[in-house]
Amino acid sequence: MFRPLLALLRRDLTLALRRPQDALTVVGFFVVVVALFPLGIGPDPEFLRSLAPGVLWVAALLAVMLSLERLFSDDYRDGTLEQMLLVPEPLGLLVLTKIFAHWLITGLPLVLISPLLAVQLNLRPDEIVMLMLALLLGTPILSLIGAIGAALTLGLRGGGVLIALLILPLYAPPLILGAGAVDAVMHGASAQAHLSLLGAMMVFALFATPWATAAAVRIMLD
Amino acid sequence: MADREFRAVDLAAERGERRLFQHLDFTLSPGQLLQVSGRNGCGKTSLLRILSGLSRPAAGQVYWGDEPIQSVDGGTGSCLGYLGHQNALKEDLTAEENILIAGGLGGARPNREAVLSMLASLGLAGYEDLPVRYLSQGQKRRVALARLLLQPRALLILDEPYAALDVQVIEVLRSAIEAHLARKSMIVITTHQTVDIDGDCRNLHLG
Repeated sequence: MFRPLLALLRRDLTLALRRPQDALTVVGFFVVVVALFPLGIGPDPEFLRSLAPGVLWVAALLAVMLSLERLFSDDYRDGTLEQMLLVPEPLGLLVLTKIFAHWLITGLPLVLISPLLAVQLNLRPDEIVMLMLALLLGTPILSLIGAIGAALTLGLRGGGVLIALLILPLYAPPLILGAGAVDAVMHGASAQAHLSLLGAMMVFALFATPWATAAAVRIMLD
Repeated sequence: MADREFRAVDLAAERGERRLFQHLDFTLSPGQLLQVSGRNGCGKTSLLRILSGLSRPAAGQVYWGDEPIQSVDGGTGSCLGYLGHQNALKEDLTAEENILIAGGLGGARPNREAVLSMLASLGLAGYEDLPVRYLSQGQKRRVALARLLLQPRALLILDEPYAALDVQVIEVLRSAIEAHLARKSMIVITTHQTVDIDGDCRNLHLG
């Protein structure tokens, strides 16, 4: 039962290792966007600190968005996605495995590099811990929701822009909750409500989006 | 499983507004080969995609035994293998990795020896460790065929398998097809070349 899923996970990770530039551009984009903000709005540490949660989260959203187009399009172009429809496993599980690989390649590095950028924006240690926790819960949601957009724009010209239009509005709830969690810690309040809602959202996305994505893939390949 | 028939009942396909074919019926029994012929654009590839459950027909139904092809136990992939125009190979992986991963996706245990001997029989000995990117069109096609022939499926659906292959490999493929038929497998094939195959062959002319 799990052999096909492991084979697929291994394949996607091997491919990412053979082409590290794809994952590195996403992290590079995240770093550059966050680094540009202090240059644009001035060096006042307190002001930067109050902006930090929003800036980091928006940059993370855009970085994930940048990587979404490649989630299915490479497999679509060389025909391996078509063969995946013929694998004797539920397509939803295969899609979920691909999304997990995508998160390992793009979402997790963003979580791991975020403390560095948070220091640059003058966040305190407890706020940095909360930021990482919120990103750890939030980036899987971004990959899961984004996969629907990636599947719906398969084979379309200008798919990347279309994904942004389709998916960015759906990114508002994790953005509000994720940035809100860090804000709460900053103002001495508890972030538990934010984290609980983020967690609930992740569980819901985990169960609902792979099937929606699988349906979209089937329709686009018909 | 191998004793099931493969049936198409009253199939029709459309591309855009145009009817490609309609009222298409056939029954394929174990050990039979169906060769689909016809001009370019007459709907051969559309028919093969419908037969493999990738596309839905405009009308009619495809049956595997008594079950509609979409609701076969374990998915369509458990009964049929499909090779389309695209080779479905990952350019960054080697020929061997491509085949082993495809086998793993199908749920098979990795069997390196079988993969290497199949690649060698298709004239690819010495190319196993090369990323597929560096292979020629014909060699890529051979890797894709090796992958398909290693999957034990009761029905093979081949879209232009001879394209870009040289004479020797066509000969190897021909004997592989004959061996499949002898094992009571079924094959549906489209081709523009005439390759004589020993066995129970049917013809279907579209258009």
